[in-house]
Parts: sequence; structure tokens; C-alpha cells
Amino acid sequence: MKLYTFKKGGIHPPENKITNNQPIKVAGLPNQVVLLLSQHIGAPAQPIVKKGDMVKAGTLIATANGMISAPVYSSVSGKVNRIDMQTDASGYKRQAIFIDVEGDEWEESIDRTPTLIRECDLSPEEILGKIEKAGIVGMGGAAFPTHIKLKPPKGFKAESLLINGAECEPYLTNDHRLMLEKGEELLSGAHILMKALGVKQSYIGIENNKRDAIEYLTKLTQNDSGIKVIPLKCKYPQGSEKHLIEAILHKRVKSGALPISVGAVVQNVSTVIAVYEAVQKNKPLFERVVTVTGKGLKEPANYLVRIGTPYQFLINLSGGTSEDTGKIISGGPMMGKAVADTSIPVTKGSSGILLLSEKEAKRNEVVECIRCAKCVEVCPMGLNPTQLMTLSEFNQWDKAEKEMITDCIECGSCSYTCPASRPLLDYIRLGKGTVLTNIRNRKS
Amino acid sequence: MADHILIISPSPHIHSRNRVDKLMYTVILALLPALITGAYFFGPRVLLLTFTAIVACLAFEYLIQRFILKQPTTITDGSALVTGLLLSLNLPAGLPLWIVIIGALVAIGIGKMSFGGLGKNIFNPAIVGRVFLLISFPAQMTTWPLPEHHILDIDATAGATILTAIKNSPNVSLDMMPLLIGERAGSIGETGAIALLIGVIILLIRKVITWHIPVSIVVSAFLTAALFHWMDPAHYIPPHFQILAGGLLLGAFFMATDYVTSPMTSRGMLIYGCGIGILTILIRSFGSYPEGISFAILIMNAFTPLINTYVQPKRFGGGKKK
Repeated sequence: MKLYTFKKGGIHPPENKITNNQPIKVAGLPNQVVLLLSQHIGAPAQPIVKKGDMVKAGTLIATANGMISAPVYSSVSGKVNRIDMQTDASGYKRQAIFIDVEGDEWEESIDRTPTLIRECDLSPEEILGKIEKAGIVGMGGAAFPTHIKLKPPKGFKAESLLINGAECEPYLTNDHRLMLEKGEELLSGAHILMKALGVKQSYIGIENNKRDAIEYLTKLTQNDSGIKVIPLKCKYPQGSEKHLIEAILHKRVKSGALPISVGAVVQNVSTVIAVYEAVQKNKPLFERVVTVTGKGLKEPANYLVRIGTPYQFLINLSGGTSEDTGKIISGGPMMGKAVADTSIPVTKGSSGILLLSEKEAKRNEVVECIRCAKCVEVCPMGLNPTQLMTLSEFNQWDKAEKEMITDCIECGSCSYTCPASRPLLDYIRLGKGTVLTNIRNRKS
Repeated sequence: MADHILIISPSPHIHSRNRVDKLMYTVILALLPALITGAYFFGPRVLLLTFTAIVACLAFEYLIQRFILKQPTTITDGSALVTGLLLSLNLPAGLPLWIVIIGALVAIGIGKMSFGGLGKNIFNPAIVGRVFLLISFPAQMTTWPLPEHHILDIDATAGATILTAIKNSPNVSLDMMPLLIGERAGSIGETGAIALLIGVIILLIRKVITWHIPVSIVVSAFLTAALFHWMDPAHYIPPHFQILAGGLLLGAFFMATDYVTSPMTSRGMLIYGCGIGILTILIRSFGSYPEGISFAILIMNAFTPLINTYVQPKRFGGGKKK
């Protein structure tokens, strides 16, 4: 089997996909869900319910606010307890709607049968409208509103749809399980998206550590010339948008440009299935699959979770934290966020909850840079991480901008590799933030 | 949950567990075949000399950090050990121990600590030490003991390395076998090409170094030597002898690849390596010293900051600097 990948840089951390054989389990309902109004990139949604209102699963509770935004739907039936502040995975207090769960009633418009519906007679505009209305955002982590990604800006034309099934983060298996268990829905969703975009070709890129998924989807698509399964080499960050495009289309998106500049639209596996459910089953996005994992957990698993479920509820389902738990991460170990408390609710972009032991989580002692250039070797963006770190350390923002610090995708390959354990990405992130602010200020 | 204190830090949350000291100890492992070859041919005094060089390097680093720089000691990171071992492999086996100790002082004191320690030095410390000794004690530094053991049935000429012999008269008879196994006069660690090759393979497999520097040095030196040999075979020895004789392989595999003093990008490494290869042959052919690899590495060490400035990695998507 020929494996595709990107050329420059990359690392291969231990995969630790300990839940890859765990079928998706329904997590059940917590006593209360907390639906953040800001689960996406862009303006927070506007609440349209108030304390005491009764809602069902699938009831619209907050509307999109402006162009780049997404609506929020209730994920449970019950009574609105309050609208209040809630800490999110980044540690910020954000507005959220708290709903006390009573029973499990869904909106009647939602088709809850498992029947597969392949045919879709809707026009591209109608499909886009349904996706926008369903509050779908990128479920791989970035949470960018999907309908915007599907409307190429003026002067650009989509040529192909890339479905991201790389799942290059260690530990996470939610997309892997979805590809195995919802393969038909994924393909149907792909065709719907192709219709919406007006493209003839789509590719599903899957890393080679998910051979069962590659074989299964290849079999399903053998008579489908529109969808091609592309086996990818196991190399982090293969799932990065730019690197997936390079691996599959052999084109490199230029610095600062969007994937559409090379005719590509990239959507994550979970997102495509959410599109299927929204368009064919009238189901807004209020459920998703979350991998709850870690070597210290008794029962690591993949759960189908109502959005707004607190992390603690899911951790308890998997056996709870132990004495040894040192870090709880929202997302994967390479790009996820360490959280300070476990009342944080699952959002549309939550792919996993990872528990690391104190030993795994501890950083090595930082020593002097020995200029071994291993960070330069692994940087998938062709940057010079050690130089960017030094520039950030000494506030050399203009130089950092010239050295293209804003190209950094924050994949963490440099920090992962550094034998001196230097906090490369910590400083680069700081510098990138400052440089981006400087650029914005200059423009305004 | 509240009874539990969680660690909060930015991503990435896992680490390769690469460590500087692990890299250094891998280098030492890779140098052992050369040391063993040297000890076999030149006798047990080699081990005494190496031991002296290592202990002296560690001691000078400790003393300088403790009493002059007043900073915590870093002698456990393995880098002073590597410097000591490399220095000894670059010395003749019969060198008086007090000269070895002076070499260690110059290597660590001037070559490394005066710049601020590991990671800050411009020149390879072991070469700084060796070149200092070569200039200060030319007689002792070019007195080569003969191999004590004989595997090959050859009549070794006393007291001159092959390069020195050639310098004096280009018509010496040349034989490949002594160069490969190490039964010849020369510095402790430079004589056995096979032992050095085993070492560099260890470094490449363990991903301590990449191929760029060793290959570019060997290839550029070979091509330069081939050009001279082609123009005037009577004066210039065939290129493969240039590669195997003297310290070229030891330098190319273990000295020029020093992280701190070599460029950071693969293209930079190729420029640096070619510079060393060409300069080595030029110095050997036209300089007053028979051997040139040490000087060539020092010269290219000086160019490394310049190379790092102008040879940046290729940006993804070919983005231009604004």
C-alpha cells in the first residue's frame, strides 16, 4: 500500500490508541448540562431562552450573532436553570446556559430512526442553509463555523473536498470509531458536501495506524468514483490542514493563504457525519463522540456524549481519577489544553479527555540550548523554532515577524523533540500572539 | 476531584524524553570502537592518556564553574566527557601526560567556558585544545609511536604518519589495509577507518546526527583530491588515500558534527561540510602542516554563525520574507 504524507519535518510520538477497539458507547444523561454560548470561533451566540423555560433536545436556545458565529441547541430535555458564567477549557469564564435534565424528549422534527438516507434532492443553497441552521462547526478542534468554510470567497473555486480522518494526535480514537461504525453516513455526508460545494472529487485521508478503517471505507467506495480513500503515513501533524492538503493534493498552501487558494476544502470526519445528520435527519449538532482515555483510567472508552456534559461525568463513567492523575487534557496530548477543573462542559469541538499521570505530565528540567537543530529538522512549517524562541524571549517582535512566526501552527513538534527540554512553543506562542496584535494594530 | 491538584501548562503535554546527556553518552558509545582500536595497536598507555584527558576536562569544567563563574556545575551532562575523549583520540599515544592536561585546560577553559559553557562556544573545544598543543609542542605532538601489535605483514616506517611521509616524498608506497584496520602511525583514534565507520553508523542509527556533514566532507574532500591527483599524479596521492589517511574521518564523523559549532539547517550543513572537505585537502596539499582537518573545522566553525544567518530553512509553501 502506497502511503502519502508531507515532505518536511514531523515526528512520530507513541500512538497510545488504547481505545481503538472500544465501540462507541452512549454516555447517558448527567443531571445538568452546561451549554457554552461560545463553542466556536467568532461571536458568541445570543441566548433566546430564560430561566424556567422548558426545552427539548434539539430546541434552539441561542442564535448565531453575526456573520462568523453559530447557533446553539439544547442537548437535553428539561428546564433552564440559569444563564451564568462557566469556565471553559481555556480557563476563561464565558456565558453559558445551564439546563436541568428532565426525561429525554427530542424535538419531533428530528428523525431518530437509524435508517440510512443516501439521496439528497436539496439544492446547494438549501444544504448550506441547513448546515448553518444546525450550528455545525469544525469538530476536529478548531471549531470554525462549517457553513463559512463551504462558501469560497470571491475569486476562489472549490475543486475537491478533503475529509480529514488522519487523527494524528496520540490517544484519540473518536474519528477512528466513527469511520468504522458510521462509514455509510460519512460517505453520504461527503456526497452532500460535494453537492453543496459543486465539486466532483473528494478524498478521505486516513493514517495507516487505522488499517481497519482504510480497508472498510475502501470497500464501501469501490464503486464510487467520487470518493477516494487515501492511506497516509503515520506522522504527526498529518492532520494539520496544510499538511493533509500537501499529502493528498501535492500542493502547498502559501503562507497566510487559505486552503481554498489551492481549491481544497477540508472537513473533519465527525463534522461530515454531523452534516449528514443535519441535512438528512434534521438533527442539529448537540451530540458528539468523545474519547475518554489515559493509561491510569480503569475503563478508557469512546462515548457518544450530549454537548454540555461536564468532564467529571465522563471521567466517572470511565472509572474516575486516581491518586496518580497529574494532568487532565481537553483534546490530545500534542495540542490539547490542560484544564484546571473538571466541571468544564463538552463543547462541539471537544474530541477527547485525556488523563496523564504525574510522571507523564512532568516536564524535564530545562537546560541550555546545544543548537542540535532537531527543532529545525522536525518543524513541519520550515521555521527555525530555536531562533523564534530567542526572538520572543528578547522581545524582538519585528524580527520574529520577518522570520514568519505567524506561520507557526502550534503543533508542538519542536518542544516535543528538544533534548534540552526548552519551552520552544511556549515562547513562540507568546511571540506569535504579540506579532499578530502588532499586525492588526498596524492595519487599523 | 477538588482534593486533587492538577498540573496546568501549555501544550504539548508529552515529550520525546530526548535528553542532552543521553545524546552525549551515545556519542561516547560511538567513539568506543576507535578507542579500543587505538588501545589495541598503541598499547595500554592509551587508556591512561584518555583517562587523564577526561578527568582533566571534567575537573577543569567543575573548577571553573565553581570558583570563577560561580554557577551550578554541569559536568554530568556528558559534554566535558566527550571533549576529553575526543581530545585524547586526537593525540599521539606517547604524549607526556602533563601536556595532555594543558590541552584539557585550553579545550575546556578557552574553547568552552570562556564563551559561557555548553551551547555558547564558537569553536569545537577539543580541536581548540589539539591545535593549541600542535602549535605549542610541535615536536611532542608529531612523535608517533609505532603500533605494538601486528596483524598485517608490513614493514612499518618509524615515526611518521602517512601524510607526513607523503609531504616529504610523494612517492611512498601506499597500502590500503593498514588504513582500514588502524595498524599505522597516527593519533590514537584516527587510524582505524572501520572502527570510525562503526561509530558513525551508531550516530546515524540513533539519530544523533544526520548524514549531511560527514557525507559532504568526505565527498568534497574526495573530489578536490581527485582533481589534484588527475592534474598531477606524481605530486598528489589518489583521493581514497586522502580520505583514509590522517584524521579526516575522525574529524568528519565526530568533530565537525558537534552540534554547537555546526550549522542548523541541512543546506547550511552541506555548505559547512564542503568547506571543511575542500579546505582540508588545500591545507594538506599547499600548507606547511601535513594535516589540515583540524584547521579546516576551526575555520568553518567561524563561518557557522554567518551560515546560520543566511541559510534559513525553506519555509512551507515557499513563503517569502516580507
